[in-house]
Amino acid sequence: MLAIQNLSIRFTHYTFGLKKKEVCVVRGLDLSIAPGQVMAVIGQSGAGKSLLAHALLGILPRNARIEGKVSFKGQRLTPERLATLRGSQIALIPQSVTSLNPLLRVGVQVARAARLSGISQKDVPTTVHRAFARYLLQKEVETWFPFQLSGGMARRVLTATATVGMADLILADEPTSGLDPITAGEALGHLRELANTGKAVLLITHDIETALQVADMVTVFCAGTTVEVARAEDFKGLGHLRHPYTRALWAALPTNSFIGTMKPIERTSDTGGCPFRLCCNDQDAVCGQSAPELKRTGEGWVRCHHA
Amino acid sequence: MMTNFLVLDRRTRTMMVILGCLVLFSGIFLGAWLYGEQGQVTNLPLRKLPPGWDRPFGTDWLGRDMFARTLKGLRISLEIGLAAATCSAGIALAFGLAAATMGRIVDVVVTWLCDVGMATPHLVLLILISFACGGGAKGVIIAVAASHWPALTRVIRAEVMQLRTSDYIKLSRRLGRSSTWIARHHLLPHVAPQFLVGLLLLFPHAILHAAGLTFLGFGMSPHTPEIGTLLAESMRHLSTGMWWLALAPGLALIISVMAFDVLGNNVRALLDPKTLRE
Amino acid sequence: MLPQLTKFLFAKTIRLVLLVAAVATLSFVLASHSPIDPVDAYVGAAIMKVSPEQRQMIIARWGLDRPPLERFGRWAAQLARGDFGVSTIFNEPVTAVIAKRFVTSLWLMALAWSFSGLLGFALGLIAGAREDSLADRLIRIYAYTMAATPTFWVGMILLMVFSVYLGWTPVCCAWPLGLSAEQATLWQRLHHLLLPAVTLSLIGIAQITLHTREKTIEALRSDYAVFARAQGESTYGICRRALRNVALPAVTLQFASLGELFGGAVLAEQVFAYPGLGRTTVEAGIRGDIPLLLGIVLFSTIFVFTGNFLADLIYHLVDPRLRKTAGDFS
Repeated sequence: MLAIQNLSIRFTHYTFGLKKKEVCVVRGLDLSIAPGQVMAVIGQSGAGKSLLAHALLGILPRNARIEGKVSFKGQRLTPERLATLRGSQIALIPQSVTSLNPLLRVGVQVARAARLSGISQKDVPTTVHRAFARYLLQKEVETWFPFQLSGGMARRVLTATATVGMADLILADEPTSGLDPITAGEALGHLRELANTGKAVLLITHDIETALQVADMVTVFCAGTTVEVARAEDFKGLGHLRHPYTRALWAALPTNSFIGTMKPIERTSDTGGCPFRLCCNDQDAVCGQSAPELKRTGEGWVRCHHA
Repeated sequence: MMTNFLVLDRRTRTMMVILGCLVLFSGIFLGAWLYGEQGQVTNLPLRKLPPGWDRPFGTDWLGRDMFARTLKGLRISLEIGLAAATCSAGIALAFGLAAATMGRIVDVVVTWLCDVGMATPHLVLLILISFACGGGAKGVIIAVAASHWPALTRVIRAEVMQLRTSDYIKLSRRLGRSSTWIARHHLLPHVAPQFLVGLLLLFPHAILHAAGLTFLGFGMSPHTPEIGTLLAESMRHLSTGMWWLALAPGLALIISVMAFDVLGNNVRALLDPKTLRE
Repeated sequence: MLPQLTKFLFAKTIRLVLLVAAVATLSFVLASHSPIDPVDAYVGAAIMKVSPEQRQMIIARWGLDRPPLERFGRWAAQLARGDFGVSTIFNEPVTAVIAKRFVTSLWLMALAWSFSGLLGFALGLIAGAREDSLADRLIRIYAYTMAATPTFWVGMILLMVFSVYLGWTPVCCAWPLGLSAEQATLWQRLHHLLLPAVTLSLIGIAQITLHTREKTIEALRSDYAVFARAQGESTYGICRRALRNVALPAVTLQFASLGELFGGAVLAEQVFAYPGLGRTTVEAGIRGDIPLLLGIVLFSTIFVFTGNFLADLIYHLVDPRLRKTAGDFS
């Protein structure tokens, strides 16, 4: 469905006293999803995860530059093509209720999303009612304003907005942030259902535990790059995980006694070589010489000289 | 040259704009000083001359050189504006700090004073105060100073209030830092730029209001030709076709006021972290 | 909704009364401290012809021989009954003078207010939606220039071009000389109104344009705009959806800027010799008509307060978040 190769995102901005600076937020990111699959992208807060979703939709701010190759349904995704696919084929479930206009009624906003996704004007009302019913939202919710929604309700409205059309690729940005475990589980359940109907779901989160509940595959994302792609089952034990960072993530799970296997990622190296070598316990001379490529290992991929 | 200017990064550009404004202001003061009393000299054979090479702004009905008069008027206008705005900003700083630090009662009183100060249209208040002071340059300065402080007071009060309740200042207090230490290390670096920018952005208002007040006939006498007075005089000669009497001094005033605006906004851009993103 | 509204209105009324009391006290103190002798200002050039006895008579009639506190007490008591005293220059009750002049000003202010509001909003929307485009730059230059331009200067230039050189518009007044306000036709009044109103509008546009531009840019960068874009909405569509979010603060601002409008009217009326309240303020100030000046100060305070009150009210009625707290929803 979607394949990303070597994606990078850069920003130019000004620091104190108006000095110009370029920052590379994402570099060398690789990712692919098949229909019917939930692919979780896991990364630390501030690793550029939301930017990934925005880049895939072509809605980054103007001071951003994107490089790399993205193809959707086998065809190269150009900005022009993206403009026609956005909303109709690729849909975003945003992070929070602030993504709804505070002064417009919820129903109006969902109807507009339906209209934009290509549904004809006369079918819009029934489609919207069905979308609300699908997520167990009462009909009267359509006349509410966003601030009247509870956290879980807001999440369902956002999901309804994104899925009211026929999009095949759903990008869910932090769908569980700020929700209690039951509501979060419900939100994840909705994503699983969507995948089961043949859509591809990209689940972007910092929370490995919630991701493992529904994901088929997991892409571990660190310091702006893909370090490992593994099956969700691989996280059942340390044996199948190959990258030191992924192992550290696994070990940090509450069920796995929090054993620290890696120093915290505070610094990454830009001077060539493996970006993580400064905090990796297994580093040796090879790590300093060249940055590792992503290589195939069984079902997944890994970016490490020692895997 | 123009393309070079656009290619320069924003920092250099901002600095150059600030420098340009400062050069303009010193030019006005220097020019007014060089011309001295020349604008007062009547020269009847040369009266009612339209602008030309030797007299860029023309001469008036008494043959006085309008360029010299404009420069002097501009100088007086700027002086009045600067004096009034500085007084106003001083009042705002004192009130703002008092409201934010001296307890609830002072805060209520200052907030109430701000409300009262903003309740009447500026110009009506200016007329009233200028009337109460019996006119003159002093009246104009007092009027402008006494009517422009509420907005800046609110800004400073809000800023200091927000800082005082911020976590890092509470922490500093817990760690046993003295009030003066906190004021110097935490409050000053935040409030000083805000105050400076607020002061700079008060200038244009003060200058315009002072000019408006003198135009209406309050304050300055015809012997101290402030820009507003010049323009009020030129009103009487509009129908005789002496267009240059109104045009040039007005444009000069607009350019100086805009220069202050530009200066204030650029200094803010340089100091305020919120404008850094682009 | 109703009890909340009553509470809102009640609180506002209390505020207004307190505010007017404070402004009245302060302005009385100010006016009575003026070194300008009201009698001198009143008789003006005829000062030599006034004998000391006549002087005494005037002073006694105006009550100026009483101590200030007593004068204030008497004036405040009158005020409480709605009596603003008698204007010394017009020899008419202050309320009558203000009412007559304000109606004339109202034509001017209403026209300028609605015109500058609509045009300023439209320009701000265009500039904000196409940030950094040529249109945005031009609009911004215009707005910043107008923000730095004295109202009276714009009036003078317009007067010079359209009335003196082209002769399209009259040189002064609100209706043809020799006629009274009732005798003038609507067309004549509009003809006289045109230049002053354009003057006020040209200046008034600046603030609302810049404000709307900021709000539009803010709206276009908001989370809901990003989400709308993700749904495939065009910039035009996003602006249309955000219209309410941008219009609400703009309408509020326009109502809250009645003070500026009043000040602008004072200057514009002076240039065009338009016999409105603004010109009356200047006359009252120059000729030392204390009762009229104080009356106008209080009246303009109430005028500004009304603007701010309407701005608040609109926010409460339109913004669903405030409406909800006002108990409108179940």
